[in-house]
Amino acid sequence: PWQNEEKRNLSLGGHVGFDSLPDQLVSKSVTQGFSFNILCVGEPTGIGKSTLMNTLFNTTFETEEATHYESSVRLRPRTYDLQESNVHLKLTIVDAVGFGDQINKDERQVSYRPIVEYIDTQFENYLQEELKIRRSLFNYHDTRIHVCLYFITPTGHSLKSLDLVTMKKLDSKVNIIPIIAKADTISKSELHKFKIKIMSELVSNGVQIYQFPTDDEAVAEINSVMNAHLPFAVVGSTEEVKVGNKLVRARQYPWGVVQVENESHCDFVKLREMLIRVNMEDLREQTHTRHYELYRRCKLEEMGFKDTDPDSQPFSLQETYETKRKEFLGELQRKEEEMRQMFVNKVKETEAELKEKERELHEKFEHLKRIHQEEKRKVEEKRKELEDEMNAFNRRRVAVETLQSQSLQATSQQPLRKDRDKKNRSVVTGSQPGVSLSSSKVMITKANVEPLNCTSWWEAIQCCSCLVKSAPWREGFL
Amino acid sequence: AGSVESKTEAAMSELVPEPRQKPVVPMKPTGINASLLGYIGIDTIIEQMRKKTMKTGFDFNIMVVGQSGLGKSTLVNTLFKSQVSRKSSGWNREEKIPKTVEIKAIGHVIEEGGVKMKLTVIDTPGFGDQINNENCWEPIEKYINEQYEKFLKEEVNIARKKRIPDTRVHCCLYFISPTGHSLRPLDLEFMKHLSKVVNIIPVIAKADTMTLEEKIEFKQRVRKELEVNGIEFYPQKEFDEDLEDKTENDKIRQESMPFAVVGSDKEYQVNGKRVLGRKTPWGIIEVENLTHCEFALLRDFVIRTHLQDLKEVTHNIHYETYRAKRLNDNGGLPPMTVETEENHESNL
Repeated sequence: PWQNEEKRNLSLGGHVGFDSLPDQLVSKSVTQGFSFNILCVGEPTGIGKSTLMNTLFNTTFETEEATHYESSVRLRPRTYDLQESNVHLKLTIVDAVGFGDQINKDERQVSYRPIVEYIDTQFENYLQEELKIRRSLFNYHDTRIHVCLYFITPTGHSLKSLDLVTMKKLDSKVNIIPIIAKADTISKSELHKFKIKIMSELVSNGVQIYQFPTDDEAVAEINSVMNAHLPFAVVGSTEEVKVGNKLVRARQYPWGVVQVENESHCDFVKLREMLIRVNMEDLREQTHTRHYELYRRCKLEEMGFKDTDPDSQPFSLQETYETKRKEFLGELQRKEEEMRQMFVNKVKETEAELKEKERELHEKFEHLKRIHQEEKRKVEEKRKELEDEMNAFNRRRVAVETLQSQSLQATSQQPLRKDRDKKNRSVVTGSQPGVSLSSSKVMITKANVEPLNCTSWWEAIQCCSCLVKSAPWREGFL
Repeated sequence: AGSVESKTEAAMSELVPEPRQKPVVPMKPTGINASLLGYIGIDTIIEQMRKKTMKTGFDFNIMVVGQSGLGKSTLVNTLFKSQVSRKSSGWNREEKIPKTVEIKAIGHVIEEGGVKMKLTVIDTPGFGDQINNENCWEPIEKYINEQYEKFLKEEVNIARKKRIPDTRVHCCLYFISPTGHSLRPLDLEFMKHLSKVVNIIPVIAKADTMTLEEKIEFKQRVRKELEVNGIEFYPQKEFDEDLEDKTENDKIRQESMPFAVVGSDKEYQVNGKRVLGRKTPWGIIEVENLTHCEFALLRDFVIRTHLQDLKEVTHNIHYETYRAKRLNDNGGLPPMTVETEENHESNL
C-alpha cells in the first residue's frame, strides 16, 4: 500500500518518537481486553473436546460429562475470563453438543445446520451493530467464531462422509483446524498414513482449511513447517504423572505413559503453539477481514444492494438506512399503538368491572333496604296487633271491673242501679283504651287468686278471671 | 515444551528492530472464574498484535490553523524533524495573498524504529489574514467533514477494502498569537465551531516574545476564556476513560495547556551539544529545553503518548457523530462533492 508514496519518503533529522506508536496501540488494546472464541466440533460425544480445552488452557472448565442422548445438535457457548500478566482474555468455548449422535445422520441437516446457523448468527449480530445509527463498535463483545477445531475420530482409515460434508459447509465461514483426537490409540506408522489420507481427501473435496500464514518473515518458517504437520494428532489430559523426577501431564497405561507435552508422543505442543502463541491474532484478523466481510457482502447483496458506480453507493446504502429507519420508526409506532390499545382496553375492563361492582353493591343495598322495610313492616304489624290486643284486653278488663263492682253493688242495692250500671257499663264498654295499667294489674292478680266457678259464658265475661284463653269452656266458642 | 517456545520467541525477538520492553508486570497467572495452573501463552497476543500493526503501518493527519507568520510550518517541521511542511516565507511575487482560506494537504512517508507512518500535514493559508474574516472557519470545517464523508462512503461499500485509507484530520493545532492580552474573537469563534468536529490543541506561538511571568499569566487567561466559552479542547474531559486517565489529563488541561512553543529547524552549538534553536543577540533559545519553552511537552504529548488516542477519539467519537448525523438526515440528499487530487501537492 505504500508503493506510490515511495517518492515522498523523507528521512528524519533526529529522533521524533512515533516509534512508540505500536506500544500505544497495544496498550489501548490491553486496556480494552481481547476476545477469542473457539468452536469445538467432533463426534462422537466423548471424543475428548472438553479434555483438550482443559489441557490447552491449563484449567478445569467443566467437570460434567456430556450426555449421549441429544435429539439434535445444540450449540453451547461458555465464556471465561482469563488473565496472564496484564492481558485479559475473554475466552468463549462453543461446544457442538450432540454432533453425530443422532441415529439418522443421513439427515445431515440435523447435524451441521445448527452449527452453520450459530456462526451466521454471530456474524449477523455484528453486522446489525455495524449498521446501527448510534453504534459502539469499540466496546462490542465480539462473539464471532475465530477458529473451529474439528475433531476427527481416530479410525486410522479415512474421513467420514459426515466430516467431509460438515467441513465443506464451514470452510467459507470459519477458520478450520482439523485435529485427530485420542491420538494415542493409533500407532505412529498408521498415524502417518492416516494424516496423508485425510489431507488428500480434504484437497480432493475442495475443503479449505486454515493455513498458518507465511507472509510475515518472522513467523513464515515455523508456520510452513507446522502446515505440513496438519492435522495435529493430539492427546489431552489434566492428570499428572511422575516421569523421572518431574510431574507431567500424561495418560498412564499399563504399558507406558503417554506424555501430552512430549512432541514425540503427540502434536499437542504444536497445536498450542500455533493456536495460541503464534497465530491467535491472525485467526482473529482473518475472521474479521475475510469470513465476516464475505458474510456481509452476501447478506447485503441478498437484501438487493449492489456497488454499481461510485455515485449510487451512498444512495443504495442510504436506502437501506432509510428503510431501516422507517422500519424502526414503524416498529416504534406499532409498539406504541399496541401499548396504547392495551392501556385503553385495560381501562375499559377496569371500568366495566367497577361498574359491575357498583351495580352489585347497589342491588345488595336495595335488597337489604327491602328486607329492612319488610322487617319494619312486620314489626309494625306485630306491634299493632299487640296494641290492639292490649286495648281489647284493657277494654274487657275495665268492662269486667265495672261489672264486678256493679254486681257487688247490685246485690246490696236497688234495682234502679242496674239501669244506671247498664249505662255505666255501656259507658265503660266504650271507654278508651289506655286504662291505667295499675288497675288491670290488680285485676289480673285478682284473677289469678280467685277460683274459677263460673258456669256460663255470660258469667265468665262478668267475672273476667275466666277469660283466660285456655279455659275448658272456651272450646265451644271457637 | 519449553525448548520450542523459547526458540520461537528468541527468533521473533531477533527480527524486531529494536528490543521492546515487555510489560513490566510479574507473570502471576490469575483468573477470575478459571484458575490457571501453568503458563499458557495468552500474553503473546501483545507481541502478535504489535508485529501486525508494524507491518501495516500508520496514518496520521495533522492540521495547522493560524494567521500567517505565526510559525506554523516551522513548528510542524520541528515536530517531525523534517521538511514536512513547506514554508511560505514571505510572499513572492508569484504568490498572492490568498483571497479565501485554502486547504493544502501534503503527505509524506516517514519511518522510525521499523514503524512506518504516512504523515499528512494540512495547511490553511489565508486563515485570519483578510480584513473581513467572517466565517473563515467554514472552508476548514467543510474540509474536515469531507474527509469523514470519504471514509463513510468507503465504509458503506458492499465490497470494501481491507484497510480503508484514512484522510480524516486527527489533530488540529490552533495557533494563538502571543499578544499577552486575551484571545481574539476569531480565535474563539473558530475553536467554538471546530472543537465539536475535530480534536483541537491550542498552542501559543512564538512564545519567545513573552517572559516567564507573562507566559504564565497569559496561559491562565486563555484557559479561563476557553472555559467560559465552553470550548472543549483535546483531551476532552468527557472522554477520560478511567481515573488514571482523568488525573493525568487533568494535570495537562489545567497546568500545561495551552503549550507555549517555539519552533526552529536550525541547529546551534550549545555547551558542546548540537541543539535546535533560535539565535538572538541576547542568547540562543533552545527549542527542546523545557526551561526555554514547552515544545518538548507538546511533542511528547502529541507524538509519544497521545498519538494513538488522537486517532481513536477521531474515529470513535467525531467520525461516529458525523456518521450518525448523516444517516439520520432524510434520505435523498445528494452526496457531498469531494475534492480529489487537486489540492494535494507533491513535495518537489
